[in-house]
Amino acid sequence: MTPVTINGRRHDIDLPADTPLLWALRDELGLTGTKFGCGMALCGACTVHLDGQAVRSCMTPLSAVANKKVTTIEAMGADPVGKVVQTAWIEINVPQCGYCQTGQIMSATALLKRNPKPTDADIDRAMAGNICRCGTYSRIRTAIKQAAGLQGAKS
Amino acid sequence: MSPLAGPMVPGRPVTIANVSRRGFLRGVSGLAGLVLAVGYPRPARADDPPKYGADGMPNGWVDDPIAFVSVADDGTVSIVCHRSEMGQGVRTGMPMIVADELEADWKRVRVVQAPGDEKRYGNQDTDGSRSTRHFFDPMRRCGAAARAMLEAAAAARWKVPVAEVEAKNHEVVHRPTGRRLGYGALAKAAAAQPVPARETLRLKHPSQFRYIGKGQIKLVDGPDIATGKAKYGIDTRLPDMLYAVVARPPVYGGTVASYDDTEALKVPGVVRVVAIDGSPAPPEFKPLGGVAVIGRSTWAAMQGRKALQIGWDDGPNSGYDSAAFKATLEEAARKPGPVVRNDGNVETAMAGAARRLSAEYYIPHLAHATMEPPAAVARIANGKCEVWGCFQSPQAARDLVAKRLGLSPADVTVHVTLLGGGFGRKSKCDYGIEAAVLSQAMDGKPVKVTWTREDDLHHTYFHTVSVEHLEAGVDARGKPVAWLHRSVAPTLMSTFDAAADQEAALELGMGVINVPFAIPNVRIENPEATAHTRIGWFRSVSNIPHAFAVQSFVGELAAAAGRDPKEFLLEVIGPARWISPGTLKDSWNHGEDPERYPVDTGRLRRVVETAAREARWGRAMPKGRGLGIAAHYSFVTYVATVVEVAVDDKGALTIPRVDIAVDCGASINPDRVRAQMEGACVMGVGIATSSEMSFKDGRAEQGNFNTYEVTRIAAAPREIRVHILPGDFDLPLGGVGEPGVPPIPPALCNAIFAVTGKRIRRLPIRDQLKA
Repeated sequence: MTPVTINGRRHDIDLPADTPLLWALRDELGLTGTKFGCGMALCGACTVHLDGQAVRSCMTPLSAVANKKVTTIEAMGADPVGKVVQTAWIEINVPQCGYCQTGQIMSATALLKRNPKPTDADIDRAMAGNICRCGTYSRIRTAIKQAAGLQGAKS
Repeated sequence: MSPLAGPMVPGRPVTIANVSRRGFLRGVSGLAGLVLAVGYPRPARADDPPKYGADGMPNGWVDDPIAFVSVADDGTVSIVCHRSEMGQGVRTGMPMIVADELEADWKRVRVVQAPGDEKRYGNQDTDGSRSTRHFFDPMRRCGAAARAMLEAAAAARWKVPVAEVEAKNHEVVHRPTGRRLGYGALAKAAAAQPVPARETLRLKHPSQFRYIGKGQIKLVDGPDIATGKAKYGIDTRLPDMLYAVVARPPVYGGTVASYDDTEALKVPGVVRVVAIDGSPAPPEFKPLGGVAVIGRSTWAAMQGRKALQIGWDDGPNSGYDSAAFKATLEEAARKPGPVVRNDGNVETAMAGAARRLSAEYYIPHLAHATMEPPAAVARIANGKCEVWGCFQSPQAARDLVAKRLGLSPADVTVHVTLLGGGFGRKSKCDYGIEAAVLSQAMDGKPVKVTWTREDDLHHTYFHTVSVEHLEAGVDARGKPVAWLHRSVAPTLMSTFDAAADQEAALELGMGVINVPFAIPNVRIENPEATAHTRIGWFRSVSNIPHAFAVQSFVGELAAAAGRDPKEFLLEVIGPARWISPGTLKDSWNHGEDPERYPVDTGRLRRVVETAAREARWGRAMPKGRGLGIAAHYSFVTYVATVVEVAVDDKGALTIPRVDIAVDCGASINPDRVRAQMEGACVMGVGIATSSEMSFKDGRAEQGNFNTYEVTRIAAAPREIRVHILPGDFDLPLGGVGEPGVPPIPPALCNAIFAVTGKRIRRLPIRDQLKA
């Protein structure tokens, strides 16, 4: 049994301790906003915040989150930075298929929380782990800068 | 219940015009694109009248407002989207067209996704960049018809002539008195009105459009996507649902020789292990077969699968080896092959040419690698099957699930979720059939089949593998007077006909047979090639290798002539003129009427000139930077691309900027036209620089994103500028989803040549530039 706080709510998750957090979220708790894309922490679709840090939940076992705080996309609307990021995403029509975008938003939010005025190089580094097959990167970059209050800032 | 007042009520007869059912036809005039009808192929008959566009697709088009529009008493307008949303924006664009003619307030519109039901909604096979160009007119008529019914209802209520009333922004106004009634108040009465005859419909003049062409509509699913509420096939959850993953034969054509599930059944959460029958070639959309592990969670099923012991009979393709097959393709490309087009006399012209040049280009297999891997849920109760999934072709899913289960399609319902990417992979519903088979094995309990990334990369319907062999004879100025192109690639038709070993009309018509150049002597040949894996269609399909080869070769000829590549390209295209596709021996023309859609070299020239102008072609470039240009006509749209690259002294490549000029006729949703070009650009960059699926011992060698590399944010072009040529609503519409891809790889490689003098002829580039 793994005790973990998810989006501010305490859960006792009755699954083997080596179960990746991703599947506990999706299958056990029905929080399907966090996506499966690769299972090897290569694509970023599964990004959540663990005690404020962006982590890939597909390779984070439940044992690693015991007694910790996990925040998923479902709670970003209540987060001041998350909300601004989501608003920018919607305003700029960032998504195409949209499947990678919750992971993108989680990584972008984590970036802006630690670096409110990122450069292009900062964005490249922070978002390197999030793949978008539809190719929305230029709008992701614009949306991050808009959320950061930097309009068209250059690196 | 009146259909226009309240929830959609299925079953009311709809008027459908010009429905045609076409099977796959091979190399015959009137072939309408990637037509999928169960019971294909059948030989074309001489008396088959050619059908084009939407008329040429199974179940054609429907413009009956009853099928697509309903108005609730509170005024909410529900509009059905019958095409699958995979990021191309169809769930926003199609309803937007209806809403515009309907004079609906977009804020009061909700979109309902249609289930798989082509008889009710018209063709739902979402690929080939067809949705907008085929359904723009039917959706306009739907909206106009619904508006007419609302106006008629208001006129009847007020007992005034209908000419005195006008629908405007979600209400009908009586002009002389200013009386008004909202759509909600009119809903029941409107539904009771007869559906107006098509010829009486008044469509807006384009100057009256509120949404069409403006690019201001926000994505229908934007908020749900950003907040994690959007539901994809893989997100489907049903009560008491079980989860399955399938161990499939590692080699295409392989079967299970034996298996031992003892250890798998011991894994916590595993419920059952079930064998799934594969099918003999051709693969069509049928499951590959294998051994399924069913569990109480995706993770349990995955862990169970790891514990399976399976002996495989690898079958006839166990020796498939990409390096060896490349040599096979090259050998075929270097000998004369079946001639598919022959203008003038290439031999004589070559013999008399001032100079002869040749080049060969190689493009490997590719995988779609949609971010959402294939997934579907099925359950069966009372002899009826329900399927939920990310399907590009929900009617095919319905028909084929029914066939596999021995049911009538009427007893199968296919619910279409959002697709986390499609690119052509999800036209093939094998994963839906797997879910249905496993649900049947579990007495109808709901079963979700999830493909892992490894499953996806190992077992997809791969983009084919190609060698493109080009030869040209040029005159003293370096201008080509003779052009020979031998294209060798396993055909996607092998998926439907095991013996198919030549490119179909539709593959040839994607940029090899229909090169619209001003060259008097042209011969196009297509030697045979056998498929050793499932071949499918990948966003822009054979345009990828064909455009790469043709536009790179034009670049090579320009360099050999010492000429500016843009000027040379324009000269090779020749003067503005209309070319009948028949003249080019293109019997396909993207399924469109050759008289409505001739090849217009004027439009091709204009996109070249636009892209070059916007990129400031000809400007002095700093050291290590260069420009490359390419242009390609595909899906009846014209695109030219200028890529600016930077290559440093270690050979590291970055792409500061890309300029894309697109002429697709009018732009119905310009924001999505831009987005599709931006995305296609990134996909093209990945194809050019890093993506390759290779085979050894019959097996796909790449299993995840560590070895199948796709473009990430740092490698994407820093700036992508899309220049949409102003379009006239009188021009027939062109496709948008795919045409942005083909010009990117050759423009990129032409730019690399400009900087480094190195000519890339084999994709992906990967380490070829390293010092």
